[in-house]
Amino acid sequence: MSDPSTHRVLRHMAELDYSVVQQCMHCGMCLPSCPTYLETRRERNSPRGRIALMRAIADGELEVTREFGEEMYYCLGCLACTTACPAGVDYPKLFEHARAEVEAADVLFTPGRRFWRWLTLRQLFAKPWMLRAVGRLLRLYQASGLCSLVRKSGLLRLLPENLRDLEPTTPTVRRHFSDALIAGIESPPARKYRVGMLTGCVQDLVFSDVNRDTVEVLLENGCEVITPRAQGCCGSLHAHNGDLEQAAEQARRLIDRFDLASLDAIITNAAGCGSHLKHFANLLADDPDYAGRAREWDRKARDISQWLVEIGFRRPEGVAAEPIRTTYHEACHLCHGQGISKQPREILKAIPGLEFVELENATHCCGSAGVYNITQPEQAGKLQREKAACIAKTGASLVATANPGCHLQIQNGVGPGVGVRHPVSLLAEAYRKEKKERS
Amino acid sequence: MSPVSKAAPAATLSPSTIRHLRELAGAENVLTEREDLIPYGFDGTAALKHGAACVVMPGTCEAAAAVVRFAVSEDIPVVTRGSGTGLSGGSVPVDGGIVVTLVHLNRILEVDPANLTLLAEAGTITKAIDDAALPHGLFYPPDPGSMKISTIGGNVANNSGGLRGLKYGVTRDYVMGMEVVLPDGSVAWLGSKCVKDVAGYSMKDLFVGSEGTLGIITKVLLKLVPRPKARRTLLASFDSMEAAARSVSRIIERQIIPCTLEFLDRRTCECVEDYAKVGLPTSAAAVVLMETDGHPAVVEEEAAAMEAIARESGAISVEKAADEAHAVRLATARRSAFSALARIRPTTILEDVTVPRSHLAEIVAFVEEVAVRHRLQIATFGHFGDGNVHPTILTDETDHEEMERVHLALGEIFAKTIELGGTITGEHGVGLAKKPFLSGQFDEASYALMKQLKQALDPRGLLNPGKIFDLDAPTA
Ligand SMILES: Cc1cc2nc3c(=O)[nH]c(=O)nc-3n(C[C@H](O)[C@H](O)[C@H](O)COP(=O)(O)OP(=O)(O)OC[C@H]3O[C@@H](n4cnc5c(N)ncnc54)[C@H](O)[C@@H]3O)c2cc1C
Ligand code: SF4
Ligand code: SF4
Repeated sequence: MSDPSTHRVLRHMAELDYSVVQQCMHCGMCLPSCPTYLETRRERNSPRGRIALMRAIADGELEVTREFGEEMYYCLGCLACTTACPAGVDYPKLFEHARAEVEAADVLFTPGRRFWRWLTLRQLFAKPWMLRAVGRLLRLYQASGLCSLVRKSGLLRLLPENLRDLEPTTPTVRRHFSDALIAGIESPPARKYRVGMLTGCVQDLVFSDVNRDTVEVLLENGCEVITPRAQGCCGSLHAHNGDLEQAAEQARRLIDRFDLASLDAIITNAAGCGSHLKHFANLLADDPDYAGRAREWDRKARDISQWLVEIGFRRPEGVAAEPIRTTYHEACHLCHGQGISKQPREILKAIPGLEFVELENATHCCGSAGVYNITQPEQAGKLQREKAACIAKTGASLVATANPGCHLQIQNGVGPGVGVRHPVSLLAEAYRKEKKERS
Repeated sequence: MSPVSKAAPAATLSPSTIRHLRELAGAENVLTEREDLIPYGFDGTAALKHGAACVVMPGTCEAAAAVVRFAVSEDIPVVTRGSGTGLSGGSVPVDGGIVVTLVHLNRILEVDPANLTLLAEAGTITKAIDDAALPHGLFYPPDPGSMKISTIGGNVANNSGGLRGLKYGVTRDYVMGMEVVLPDGSVAWLGSKCVKDVAGYSMKDLFVGSEGTLGIITKVLLKLVPRPKARRTLLASFDSMEAAARSVSRIIERQIIPCTLEFLDRRTCECVEDYAKVGLPTSAAAVVLMETDGHPAVVEEEAAAMEAIARESGAISVEKAADEAHAVRLATARRSAFSALARIRPTTILEDVTVPRSHLAEIVAFVEEVAVRHRLQIATFGHFGDGNVHPTILTDETDHEEMERVHLALGEIFAKTIELGGTITGEHGVGLAKKPFLSGQFDEASYALMKQLKQALDPRGLLNPGKIFDLDAPTA
């Protein structure tokens, strides 16, 4: 096999062992769960089809082409197929390696794309200080009224078209990031556990309040919370976008920030991060200095709702005057990526004054899917409208969801009439209310 | 079983042919890129692949007919495809052929509650048919394991069964009529809404199970039945396959006809439980999923009787589904059995032999013996009530030595089946996978009759050529 593309294959696709590709027995059971297949009904837009293309590359029947690259980026990475697949196909792994293959072959090259990838993956999301600095600028931009001035000025035309369309939906950056809201160590009156807290990157900029709420809920349940300063991105953004090398680097940096042996769990409240950072051992398997610690990390990593149910969280008391009808959207990377479905519902149902109603197609992707709403605005918009329509049917005035991307996508979809909150924030609020009622 | 070939296209069609197809079906519905074609190089069958020259996805029945008419006029072979979940290689492409996939023909055209019928386009998903019947209090019973994605056209072309075959029969029992594009491109309507209809040959029945070799079904008229008011699901586990078979025989002897009597052996249970986590016992030698439906009083009575029979036949435990949701979860888990078995080895070869019910325990025991003798891993599950078992060989297609043993084992299982008065395929069809074994099941006259029929309808052998059997001499 002298074909150069085959050599690249040997680097990424085949590195992951042929049996992973072969695991798909092309039964088609995943097709009805795949949003892109349902849209076009073309096999190549389905999990089975995408895996067939990967296998064709591994078999040397296909080169890594531009078409292949585009297909891998048309996939939402929503992992609905992973839940649906009875054969246990490890689609997340295939998908990450396929995208890495696409990047290695550079088949989607345009100077603009390369620049944006460098800026976001290798600068912004690789360097915590830089992300914060940009966050502060954005905050200034939004708070100062400069924002409307710029919109009028036409300056936005300098941005790539997809990003320009997105500008009005850019999330509002918080005044304070997590480090200002959370102390390095916070201790409950009676300590039962000691946990490490991940502040995330987008979560930190846009939803630092959710991070604060998470800490409060943990304290309320006897957990001492250790929150290292200036944490970086966990690397999920890199892994999902074909930069496995940088993803490994981010993982190493994050592991270094925690004294694992002293902690009972590492807590994340962002589904997208959780589904990635529970698999550091995979990413760092070949790194003798980190492989062992990565395994310990994976063992201890928990989504907040998973942890709360595991330790038997305390149910807040009290009754609200008027129940608030609330529904729950399952973030793909929580239900499909981590198999966590019951726990967030259990938390919501424990909150007094909250009337829980199920959402039709709760596990269907909302179209946020990382940066998918930037790269594939049309398909993302369609999924967003479908989600909003299901939410409208429930008559709920509040939607709970546990991922910053979904949060923003849904908020933009339902408009200002319906609130969007993280389940843990609702729980924190209930504890606060309870305290007020008691005092 | 044919050797592994490639999913990538081998032959191509001329630009003018492609241009013409685009005019007929719409440019966006004609796929020719390598990346588009490779994913159509196989169906759900293990180790069978072949590249397509072109894939056409007609959006209307008229366009589908026009494409076929054009293809036959140019002597281009046509392989019809539904969702490609077939388990005998029926929709695997042929050299230089067009694959016509009907997934865009997915409209339900009419539900007729007065006549209890439903008319749908052939690409409609099986489950969508039953979903459309539901609001009318009606029921479309055939429920192949693949029902969430298989098409009704594929079901008719394969005469698919399901989990409810024992009481409700198979797809054929619900087909009242159909629209078919014939091999010369003409369009025929066969059958009617009449419960009784003996005007001429029962032509629609010829096309049920014809595997795309006689015509392309574009619309199907189906019979619906009243939706059962109640349902009870039981799960019985046994420490031997014989005890399970005994229990099933006794249920039938007592003239109870449950809708479902499905069994899974230990290995299958382990894999399914690993995936579905519904609480299947993984230590029993055999588990039988039993379901009765109908009038609430009768259902209660039958469920109690089945439980008692299972216990007196030596069941280790009999468990009732807690509620409807639990029952659905159990049935869904059973439907995933085949795919779940793929967890163990790289290649999963599923067979579909069927014997008269009274020989069921015998064939299951024989399969176990063959597995030991040829040092193979074989898991078995299936439709106990129908005598239809799915011995599933867990192997690796790249291990040639092991594959040889697989072929020997298959040959013996087929021979034994035929000896017991059975059939080599109960519901998956012949396609490519069972083709070499078909003639063994028939006397000369009936095998020849099948070929004569094919030759009469499709003299140039353009519709799904090489499936079911090879024609003796080139007829083009
Ligand atoms: C997980 C799994 C479980 C399954 N469980 C069952 C089961 O319980 N019972 C069962 O019987 N089968 C089962 N099957 C097999 C398969 O799903 C059925 O054979 C199904 O009917 C195939 O439908 P399809 O739309 O995928 O057809 P395809 O696989 O695309 O085609 C099947 C055959 O029909 C022909 N065909 C398709 N559409 C038409 C048409 N409109 N006109 C003429 N010919 C046509 C094709 O040429 C081919 O020969 C299962 C398969 C899987 C993967
Ligand atoms: S990914 Fe899983 S469900 Fe989908 S075709 Fe492959 S084996 Fe079947
Ligand atoms: S990750 Fe989502 S979009 Fe991608 S193949 Fe799976 S189901 Fe389809």
